[in-house]
Amino acid sequence: MGKIHSIESFGTVDGPGVRFVVFFQGCPMRCQYCHNPDTWRPEDGQEMSADEILDKMERNRSFYRTGGITATGGEPMLQLEFLTELFTKAKARGIHTCLDTSGIMFPGTKDDRKQAEAGAEINAGETGEKEANSDVTGQRRGAGKHTMAQIDRLMEVTDLVMLDIKHIEDTAHRKLTGHGNERILEFAGYLDKIGKKVWIRHVVVPGITFDKEELTGLGHFLKTLSNVEKLEVLPYHALGKVKYDNLGIDYVLKDTPQLTKAQAKEAEAIIREAMLN
Amino acid sequence: MRSEWRSFTGGAWEREINVRDFIQRNYTPYDGDESFLEGPTQDTTDLWQQVLELSKQEREAGGVLDMDTKIISTITSHGPGYLNKDKEKIVGFQTDKPFKRALQPYGGIRMAMKACEDNGYQVDPEVVEYFTTHRKTHNAGVFDAYTPEMRACRSAHIITGLPDAYGRGRIIGDYRRPALYGVDRLIEDKEEQLNTTRTIMYSDVIREREELSEQIRALKMLKELAKIYGCDISQPATNVLEATQAVYFSYLAAVKEQNGAAMSLGRTSTFLDIYAERDLKEGTFTEQEIQEIVDQFVMKLRLIKFARTPEYNTIFAGDPTWVTESIAGIGVDGRHMVTKMSYRYLNTLNNIGAAPEPNMTVLWSVQLPENFKKFCAETSIKHSAIQYENDDIMRVVHGDDYGIACCVSSMRIGKEMQFFGARANLAKCLLYAINGGVDEMTGKQVGPKYRPITSEYLDYDEVWAAYKDMMKWLAGVYVNALNIIHYMHDKYCYEKLEMALHDKKVRRWFATGIAGFSVVADSLSAIKYAKVKPIRDENGVTVDFEIEGDFPKYGNDDDRVDDIAKEVLHTFIGYIKGNHTYRGGIQTTSILTITSNVSYGKNTGATPDGRKKGVAFAPGANPMHGRDTHGAVASLASVAKLPFMDSQDGISNTFTIVPDALGKDVESEKNNLVAMLDGYVEQGGHHLNVNVLNRETLLDAQKHPELYPQLTIRVSGYAVNFIKLTKEQQDEVIARTFHEVM
Repeated sequence: MGKIHSIESFGTVDGPGVRFVVFFQGCPMRCQYCHNPDTWRPEDGQEMSADEILDKMERNRSFYRTGGITATGGEPMLQLEFLTELFTKAKARGIHTCLDTSGIMFPGTKDDRKQAEAGAEINAGETGEKEANSDVTGQRRGAGKHTMAQIDRLMEVTDLVMLDIKHIEDTAHRKLTGHGNERILEFAGYLDKIGKKVWIRHVVVPGITFDKEELTGLGHFLKTLSNVEKLEVLPYHALGKVKYDNLGIDYVLKDTPQLTKAQAKEAEAIIREAMLN
Repeated sequence: MRSEWRSFTGGAWEREINVRDFIQRNYTPYDGDESFLEGPTQDTTDLWQQVLELSKQEREAGGVLDMDTKIISTITSHGPGYLNKDKEKIVGFQTDKPFKRALQPYGGIRMAMKACEDNGYQVDPEVVEYFTTHRKTHNAGVFDAYTPEMRACRSAHIITGLPDAYGRGRIIGDYRRPALYGVDRLIEDKEEQLNTTRTIMYSDVIREREELSEQIRALKMLKELAKIYGCDISQPATNVLEATQAVYFSYLAAVKEQNGAAMSLGRTSTFLDIYAERDLKEGTFTEQEIQEIVDQFVMKLRLIKFARTPEYNTIFAGDPTWVTESIAGIGVDGRHMVTKMSYRYLNTLNNIGAAPEPNMTVLWSVQLPENFKKFCAETSIKHSAIQYENDDIMRVVHGDDYGIACCVSSMRIGKEMQFFGARANLAKCLLYAINGGVDEMTGKQVGPKYRPITSEYLDYDEVWAAYKDMMKWLAGVYVNALNIIHYMHDKYCYEKLEMALHDKKVRRWFATGIAGFSVVADSLSAIKYAKVKPIRDENGVTVDFEIEGDFPKYGNDDDRVDDIAKEVLHTFIGYIKGNHTYRGGIQTTSILTITSNVSYGKNTGATPDGRKKGVAFAPGANPMHGRDTHGAVASLASVAKLPFMDSQDGISNTFTIVPDALGKDVESEKNNLVAMLDGYVEQGGHHLNVNVLNRETLLDAQKHPELYPQLTIRVSGYAVNFIKLTKEQQDEVIARTFHEVM
């Protein structure tokens, strides 16, 4: 059984075509601009089985001819076993699978030391509520047990990964999300190595990532990858703020203006230019 | 072959009046994209500027610019009228000038007088005298025959929108026939019909002979109308300009004769494309000239206007005429019926901007060519002015030469007609079931005095049994009121021109309608799955409800409630079918409210779903505002479950999505909308209005109407100019579910 926050039956912005979007409950990241803070706490949400979710989708299969299923959240890879089961069963039914992830749950290809560090790192996380954080730590420690074999198995049933790179620079990433970005970039490298199609997403926030150096750095990194099929530059919006108010969580970016579509275009141009040079 | 028919492929259509056969043998399916389309000519743009200026004046004058108060409108009542004769390719107005509304008293003199008075005009006293004392109207006839019970139902608003005071409309003449055959041939045909009626004079034979004589008279007047504008349509059209003009004259004759609630055009585009193709091949017309003809034809259709009262406006807001044109679809032989003309019609939205009329209706099929599907999607995204109806389910019933009358009513062109029938308020009917026929708003005994429900909490089985009894009663009163209405309309306000453009033997659909559908589904669901406690006033009448616990709501693809919705529909149409109908009409129903969902709600007490007294219903078959919380597909899936055969007169669903929720770029927006329409149609959904707009746009238009003269939105089965809605109706539209990005 998986912990599911909610389902959107007409997803058009999370992968190609019309998609059945499953929001997984629980996330170890505490991104300052997150617009789904209600998906953070792993103990919330409702239990659903993979077949239940897929049956629900297949009732209306005719809508999804051009699309498929997208797992997002929350962080779907926090529930790796369930996610793999869901995608395995989806593939068996001939459904296109798309994983929208931060990559934070990637165990690291280097050695086990990484995993130990990962646990410690969560404790050092500087944002988010204390209570939620300690729960996350528990989950994260469990996740630390993810093995590369498990990841390989997931990738066998994943058609497309949408990898959300929050910030290219490690310290700034830590400030923005509560975690470093080393394993995320490593995950990108792994996906490249196995030749998995990737869409890169990058949220551009005034004062944080709306920054030439950051955007250029990202571009240079992306240039090293050969599996990037699409780059989506998303302008920061403050629509999630109301949820923070409802949850009684402090909204760090309350004074940050939204990014205009024109600015997002500008940011995209910078990344693309860096990808060429 | 006649010279006008040169190079056409012959067939049965030469020997008999058979437009479908002509189309099938001669049309050219078009699979290409929109790149061949032309923009507007200078003349078109100039004329449209003139129209915009007149529209502004009309708005500033309070909604009506000019009215006829003396000349009774007939097919030939007025001399010619023009915007600018030198620039007009297609000519003809209802009166002697544009924007002047005709006087049409045959449906009811009181309505005609009131329409004038409310706009500051007075009908000539002689005309009033004549239509009060000497010549009876449809309206007077109906009220002579109504029973006290029917009147009570009418004033309690459990049956509303009955066409008993104005023209019933929803009849589509085959306006293509005069173009293809010339009027003389049609007169010959009708004369032969008259000469071959049965000879023993039973009342139906007498009626038939009188009607055929009337029809012949109307056809002669149609020829005369063309002459007034210096045209001769006694013989077949020889090119696309003549053909379009003949179609328009025929339609114009119908609206000069009838102020019907919906005066639809039919299915003309693929027919006219045959002429356009021939002219292009012969080199006599260029693409630009053809587009100009289409633009100006459409402009004329946009200028059809009727004199109507503010009361009428509360039910059918925004001055609609329902010049519905059905486009595309698939032929029974499997070829799609998209032609270049299908594109040209939609292209008028680009060339002269968005507008509610003509009511562009795409007969959607999964098998339509991809290019056309994408062009439709793109046009919807730009203008929110198209509605889509499921050709794959309607073709089974009507073949491939049917059209839509009004919003969602399908009928074979020239072979089937409809007796239009307003709608029954099934939400109020549920309250009658609970209150033993006592009206919850007035305390009056309107329905039969069945035993009211007296338990502390509502029990589903008890309520359902009482509800069925009450629906059965309502269906009886309703159908019989309609029997009176259609009898009297045939007698005093017969549509002689429209019926002249039909076959001798027509099939008549007897259409009823349902309002408050989603309120009923949710109410019964609440009673079944939550605990509902009725709150009774001092007379024991339930006036409110307390609901404990949650319950499944219609619009979320949840069978627990969707099955209830299906059962309500099936039960009600069953009761409707149990009644005798005038002229053997075949009973159907629709789930369509137009904009009356606001006024129905206003006149209905609190309901067991938690809806408060007076709150607007959802339009048509839509889920209640904001209760469809599982995204667009789940919402559409719920509505698509309602079986078309139980609601053959149409199931209207109005869908609003913000542009960002359709996709990240234009290409994916188009593709996703196409996928959505394909999905809906494949699941058996019948009708979908597509609006692609932001709530903020509507809020701004409400504040600054002058900045949005052409803002068009789809409401329920038709489109309106947003700024022509009342504040209340605008608020209701704004309160609807907008599918957004999560």
